[in-house]
Amino acid sequence: MILVWLILIPFIGGLLCWQAERWSHQAPRWIALGTMLFVLVISVVVWLTGDFAPASANSSQWLLQWRAPWIPRFGVEIHLAMDGLSLVLVALTGFLGLLAVLCSWQEISDRVGFFHLNLLFILGGVVGVFLALDLFLFFLFWEMMLVPMYFLIALWGHSGSAGQTRIRAATRFFIYTQASGLLMLVSIIALVFVHYSNTGELSFGYDTLRGTDVPEPLAFWLMLGFFIAFAVKLPVVPFHGWLPDAHAQAPTAGSVDLAGILLKTAAYGILRFALPLFPEQSAAFAPVAMFLGLVGIIYGAVLACGQQDIKRLIAYTSVSHMGFVLIALYSGSELAIQGAIVLMVAHAFSTAALFILSGQLYERIHSRDMRVMGGLWGRLPVLPGFTLCFVAASLGMPATANFVGEFMILFGTFPGAPMVVVVASIGLVLAAIYSLLLMQRVHFGSEYRSGLLAGPDRREYGIMLVLLVLTLAVGLYPQPLLDTTAAVAGPVAELFTGSAELAVRAGEVN
Amino acid sequence: MAMALILSFVFPLAGTLILALSAGRLGVRASSFIGVGSVGLAALATAWAVMTPPGGESVTVITLWNWIAVGDFQPTIGLAVDGLSLVMMSVITGVGFLIHLFAAWYMRGEEGVTRFYAWMNLFVFSMLLLVLGDNLLLLFLGWEGVGLCSYGLIGHYYRSHANGQAAFKAFVVTRIGDVFLALGLFLIFMELGTLDIRTVLELAPQAWAQGSTTANLAALLVLGGALGKSAQVPLHTWLPDAMAGPTPVSALIHAATMVTAGVYLIARLHGLFLLAPDVMLLVGVIGAVSLLLAAFAALAQTDIKRVLAYSTMSQIGYMFLALGVGAFDAAIFHLVTHAFFKALLFLSAGAVIISCHHEQDMRRLGGLWRKLPVAYGGFLVGGAALVALPLATAGFFSKDEILWQAMAADQTGLLLAGLLGAVLTGLYTVRLILSTFHGEPGHGGPTSDHVRDPEAGVNPLTHHLPLVVLAICSTFVGAWLYPGLGGLFPASPGEAADTGHTLLQVLAMGAAFAGLLLAAWLFLWQRRWLDETVRQGFGNSLWRLWHSAWGFDALFDRILVRPWQLTVKYLRVDLINLMMNLPALVARALNAGLVRGQNGRVRSYALVMVFGATAILLTLALVQGGAV
Repeated sequence: MILVWLILIPFIGGLLCWQAERWSHQAPRWIALGTMLFVLVISVVVWLTGDFAPASANSSQWLLQWRAPWIPRFGVEIHLAMDGLSLVLVALTGFLGLLAVLCSWQEISDRVGFFHLNLLFILGGVVGVFLALDLFLFFLFWEMMLVPMYFLIALWGHSGSAGQTRIRAATRFFIYTQASGLLMLVSIIALVFVHYSNTGELSFGYDTLRGTDVPEPLAFWLMLGFFIAFAVKLPVVPFHGWLPDAHAQAPTAGSVDLAGILLKTAAYGILRFALPLFPEQSAAFAPVAMFLGLVGIIYGAVLACGQQDIKRLIAYTSVSHMGFVLIALYSGSELAIQGAIVLMVAHAFSTAALFILSGQLYERIHSRDMRVMGGLWGRLPVLPGFTLCFVAASLGMPATANFVGEFMILFGTFPGAPMVVVVASIGLVLAAIYSLLLMQRVHFGSEYRSGLLAGPDRREYGIMLVLLVLTLAVGLYPQPLLDTTAAVAGPVAELFTGSAELAVRAGEVN
Repeated sequence: MAMALILSFVFPLAGTLILALSAGRLGVRASSFIGVGSVGLAALATAWAVMTPPGGESVTVITLWNWIAVGDFQPTIGLAVDGLSLVMMSVITGVGFLIHLFAAWYMRGEEGVTRFYAWMNLFVFSMLLLVLGDNLLLLFLGWEGVGLCSYGLIGHYYRSHANGQAAFKAFVVTRIGDVFLALGLFLIFMELGTLDIRTVLELAPQAWAQGSTTANLAALLVLGGALGKSAQVPLHTWLPDAMAGPTPVSALIHAATMVTAGVYLIARLHGLFLLAPDVMLLVGVIGAVSLLLAAFAALAQTDIKRVLAYSTMSQIGYMFLALGVGAFDAAIFHLVTHAFFKALLFLSAGAVIISCHHEQDMRRLGGLWRKLPVAYGGFLVGGAALVALPLATAGFFSKDEILWQAMAADQTGLLLAGLLGAVLTGLYTVRLILSTFHGEPGHGGPTSDHVRDPEAGVNPLTHHLPLVVLAICSTFVGAWLYPGLGGLFPASPGEAADTGHTLLQVLAMGAAFAGLLLAAWLFLWQRRWLDETVRQGFGNSLWRLWHSAWGFDALFDRILVRPWQLTVKYLRVDLINLMMNLPALVARALNAGLVRGQNGRVRSYALVMVFGATAILLTLALVQGGAV
């Protein structure tokens, strides 16, 4: 039942927030804060009490499970399950949800209740994505996160210079993800029908569909349907067009959620569904996926260097970082996949921090344009120092979580694909360039305007300090995190080696 | 011993944390006190560690905790201490402490003292981890950490755009080297399944044949990292620009410690390099090229600190030369003496710069020897050590050792480069001292009335003590202090032999004196002719070539920086994304076409209907006809 509550609480909290606006402006904020804290506390408790040893023959792969029939006619179930990976990501969702509420404390003053309803609905949808095992249910949650995100950008986004841009950005985001979601839906239904024609059983269950024997060209196309849906969300170049716009126009809380969690649903989807459902096809597709990852790393970094809008810059760095994740997911190495999970967490921390920092800057100088910044180190207390720390994290400085993630990915991928790692390493230099460019343009150099700006208040300082401590903690002692997800990463890595063996065996038979 | 080791880097870390978290609430005095004190305590802890006799084993290993453990990938946060680490620690904390103390004098009245000390302490911490780490990943942590601190300190005066650029350049250029090192680590881990340094050195000879491709590749990649950090050709261009930082930073990071990290790295992984003789030779050649190139460049600089920067690069070239001929002990020996005398030179330069109100152009300085006797003394002693004046200076012993090893290894080319370098060293050192302390200040320079008294308004101890101690260490005392690393490294080529050593010493002395005499002749007697020559024709071209350090910056600007900037400029609009707008454009074009049909005129509707009906009927007729 815990799993059901994890999903329901944000939705109930959201409705409460919406109504609570009648009482006072502050009430929705506190309710939202409490809700997210609840989600976080539950997941931490589960983590403390859970046993994450790799599944043995008689113990289940899942830590917690919950099933109930939903539409028995079509074999649709409400099947929720949690393992180490889902737990980490749910906890991350709770934590970043907390930050999202906190960082919009001052920023949002218009329709506060409805804002928090949307925010919590996004988070509820994301938790659902991380827990749903039934493919139909998964798809439901997958689509469910989009709508409130659309409203978040369209209603509370920055109006920008062109006036209409936030609506455009929201629409673009919606179309991209909706269209790609359609591909996934088609793939899911096709997979279900293939299974039905094979066995006569209609089911959307994960375990049931995993072993489905799909005829060859079709299997590849189905895999591609899943891959593209996730690739748009990750995002993989060339499907990244929605990201910079959405980030630039979204309110800070929206950017935090987008970068911190929504992008991770895609990596989660690949790990949980795309790879296990189609192991052989994915193994065959791996070179292409890795190539796309490389393109993302380099292309995202180059574009980040060319931006003038600070939030667009950070958005493009996400494209670059997610390229590393994509490479790792298709490397078939446990070390790299574990690294990808660490990098997902690290990227959530560092990018969320940078977005929150740029939100705080916006509250002070009312601009995101780096051409009107410069010399802020002397004008703004404390925050530039934090920026430097997170910029260092973003460029993969050792002792930060990002370093652990990136280097585990590179160490893990190198034996299988050395050239990929060589090219990806160029990304490390480019990361230094865009990160320090940000620092140089915003905080160093001559002062664009004079006059001291207000330093961070206790809330802002607290957010930054917690994020920094977490980044360093994971960077210096990632083992608890690694132990939690080891049981997930190992089998996924084996999928590739296993399918390679199968292919060899098939060749021998022929 | 374990306690002392841990304390040695915990103190600077604590200093950083206190200073960073104070968020500007600490005054200049308090910040200086914490910043200097923490490194002082670290130096004491190091002294304690050095005094404690190691218990039987030559290597002490302390594992603090397991960093990452996934399958074979098991790097720890662990320390391994042997003679080499102890020597490096002593230099870092000992020289580091003196420089921190001097900084208390140098930075008085400056803005951002807290930030300065926070970075400096963090630097000492990272540098200690670099030399203490027992595995390559922890070493890499220190390696990147010192790079970040270097970035922060070069850009200390952040308002100036040029300083920001210099800091940026330093970080990015060294990062390029770091990527090579990282790739080296990936290769080593893939081949040997471990990152533990001692295990790597143990397994490498078993796994790789002498001169095999893998061994060469691994050594080459590690060398790439060393070149970046140690500012050797071709990754050296950042070092002269890095002089934009406060002078104590240049003394600590860009002379005594960080730039010698590459030497440490190669010495630490000597087992790897011995398996790759070709790469070893390359190390020596790069060292020789760097030492000559930088020495010529130093001749044509006008900024005191840039002369010293090129001199540093040149001296590190000597260390690389020594590494290249397999004389690891000699390289580390020169590293230590160089740390003493180059820190002394930089601090003395700092004393001049502050006393002359941040004037560092030698053309505008001059005649300062009476006003700044302590700094002058520092320059004389440090300069003598740099030139390697026989018997009295530390530099003589270490440089002589390097040249002797080159000779014993039968590397005549490298030996000649070293000797030529010694002549050039004499030349630029004399030029530096003469134009700063003798003669008359040039146009616009500080006349003697304007020179600030270094003792005014501050405890002179912070100014005098570091200079005096470093001056003493720059003499033969420094050479005595060096304990030697007997047994840590394989025998150097000149270990057993002794033929020709005396001859070489005479040659080396001759080179040093030749440089001095040539300098005296050129700068004292032929001054006018020299000034004329560099002003026109070939002399001028040569001067400009050397002044721009052989044009590497312009070259890299053309082949790397500008193409990069163009790429960024043209991709800014996100071309790939524009491509994705194609479906939208198609939809819009279709829309425009179809909207045209919806014109509301009955006549055209009727017309279209008639045509449509005819077309359908025709099609049907044809298809049906075909079927029948």
